[in-house]
Amino acid sequence: MREITYAQAIREAMSQEMRRDKSVFLMGEDVGVYGGAFGVSDGMIEEFGESRIKDTPISEAVIAGAAAGAAMTGMRPIAEIMFSDFLTITMDQLVNQAAKARYMFGGKAKVPMVVRTAAGSGTGAAAQHSQSPEAWFANVPGIKIVIPSTPADAKGLLTAAIRDDNPVLFLEQKLLYRVLGQVPEGEYAVPLGKAKVCREGGDATIISYGRMLPVCLEAANQAKTEYGISSEVIDLRTLVPLDRRTVIDSAKKTGRVIIVHEACETGGFGGEIAATICGSDAFYSLKAPVMRYCGANVPVPFCETLEKAAVPDKDGVVERLNKLVNE
Amino acid sequence: MDCITGRLYEKMLLIRGFEEKIAELFSKGYIHGTTHLYVGQEAIAAGVCAALKKEDIIFSTHRGHGHCIAKGIDINKMMAEFFGRESGCSGGKGGSMHIADFDNGNYGSNGVVGGGIPLAVGAALSVKMRRQDKIVVCFFGDGATNQGAFHESLNLASIWRLPVLFVCEANEYGLSMKTRRAMNVKSLDVRAQSYGMPGKTIDGNDACLVYSETEKAKKYVRSGGPMLLVCETYRISGHSKSDNEAYRDAEEINRWRKKDPIVRMEEQMISAMLATKDEMEAVKAGVAEKIDKAVEFSLNCPYPKKESLFCGVYA
Repeated sequence: MREITYAQAIREAMSQEMRRDKSVFLMGEDVGVYGGAFGVSDGMIEEFGESRIKDTPISEAVIAGAAAGAAMTGMRPIAEIMFSDFLTITMDQLVNQAAKARYMFGGKAKVPMVVRTAAGSGTGAAAQHSQSPEAWFANVPGIKIVIPSTPADAKGLLTAAIRDDNPVLFLEQKLLYRVLGQVPEGEYAVPLGKAKVCREGGDATIISYGRMLPVCLEAANQAKTEYGISSEVIDLRTLVPLDRRTVIDSAKKTGRVIIVHEACETGGFGGEIAATICGSDAFYSLKAPVMRYCGANVPVPFCETLEKAAVPDKDGVVERLNKLVNE
Repeated sequence: MDCITGRLYEKMLLIRGFEEKIAELFSKGYIHGTTHLYVGQEAIAAGVCAALKKEDIIFSTHRGHGHCIAKGIDINKMMAEFFGRESGCSGGKGGSMHIADFDNGNYGSNGVVGGGIPLAVGAALSVKMRRQDKIVVCFFGDGATNQGAFHESLNLASIWRLPVLFVCEANEYGLSMKTRRAMNVKSLDVRAQSYGMPGKTIDGNDACLVYSETEKAKKYVRSGGPMLLVCETYRISGHSKSDNEAYRDAEEINRWRKKDPIVRMEEQMISAMLATKDEMEAVKAGVAEKIDKAVEFSLNCPYPKKESLFCGVYA
């Protein structure tokens, strides 16, 4: 199978959906001739023209709100927010308008929109261009949250997100944009709400998503080689809806769980996963307390040394796995 | 009175009667929560919506009962929503601030000041992309024009030449804050100039004028893109049910009561011999009957079942 990058896979999903469905279009800052801040929509304007690849002013609130209004009235917009940090400016439109419209109007509104945005640290972009904001939105009923970890999933999950009749927040991982992977050429959708068991194992479960997933897979290999630990690695893929079944089943199977994500630990989604496990019958299978290994509770710092120190890494996962299993 | 004036008159009476009934039901404890009454501003909703087709789209505000009634909602279902009943237009989940009527092009009132403006721009984008023969009307108050969302929205609508008519109801107050204390411009229509679109200020208490100006604006919006129509009016009722009104005096309210859009229209109709007092009384009686029936309908509706709590979060 041919290999393409995570960014190309996202572009392919958008292009295929735009060819299939005339109501799909892309709007955002510099998405046209410039091709998007991370080059994701590069070349799309040549195929679809300005009417469907729409450059907007620097106005995140109306980008999100206009997407919601267009979605309520028959279109299926994809709105690009350049950096996930700028979601703060869209909050009223996403939280109070898009996410709630269906419920507060008695189930009559339909808001089929996708907000694509670049999340995560690792590029030296510092505190206002490096956040992982998924937990803010996980607390808002009415919006779905997708965070793909591979090029193949990026394409399949985005296709599913575009076809979904709800607002979907699609958090692209900056550090994965250039990562290559095998991606099928045709159209396909990876269902939202279905986690993936990426590696089977019996001693411990590592639960992660997004750009921490490849880190966890490497760590699992190293822990096997160094300590003989057999780890199961679960990629959540979507936080909302959450595949609680897969999480609970794996926790029951291994009895030891470590949750890894880049976002800050306090109030982070890891707490929800831990509570899901501890509040289920998997609790009785636990051989050790559920462990979290997450981003430090600091704004993301600029210099490379500190930036790296603020997020989980492979060695840190290995070390914690060893503690979890052997102490 | 089967003329436009007669229809505007009846619509205004229906809005006023509905609001007065809501106030009464609140004070007697029949309905709970909060509500923002439209008393004094009826000419705007009635005049604007009379110029619209069923398919034309509106976005409304927290003070939105008038817009919903003017756009043709079934007032039984709307009243039932205030009572939190299953047959309410939002199934009892929305209440006073979240009334919508999608079948009549009403995409909902809104609890956030200015929150509906970006949505209206998106709907206008949708209309333009789908080449539909309709326009979008976005209602908001003067208070909303100090929100960032207003400025982002007018700018985007203008550069994309979207078919949206922004209707600002300048009612002198944002809760307790007098408009002139909240902005340093005398006339709100100058804010349209900043975004390269026409802006016009009119007397918002004259329903016939609002209607004819909307007709003109509609023609422009269809071909030329967005426009801002500022309708000057006054919020006779307090901001909400919990307003102590410490910030204004009775004299000011009485001055505006003399410009009451309904009284004015009655005077116009008499002097133009469009209707007699008896005919107007008959319209009032008909409206009162409709409202009483809506209350009766609501009281006979069941409350939503507890199982419906989880319905409608996701499609």
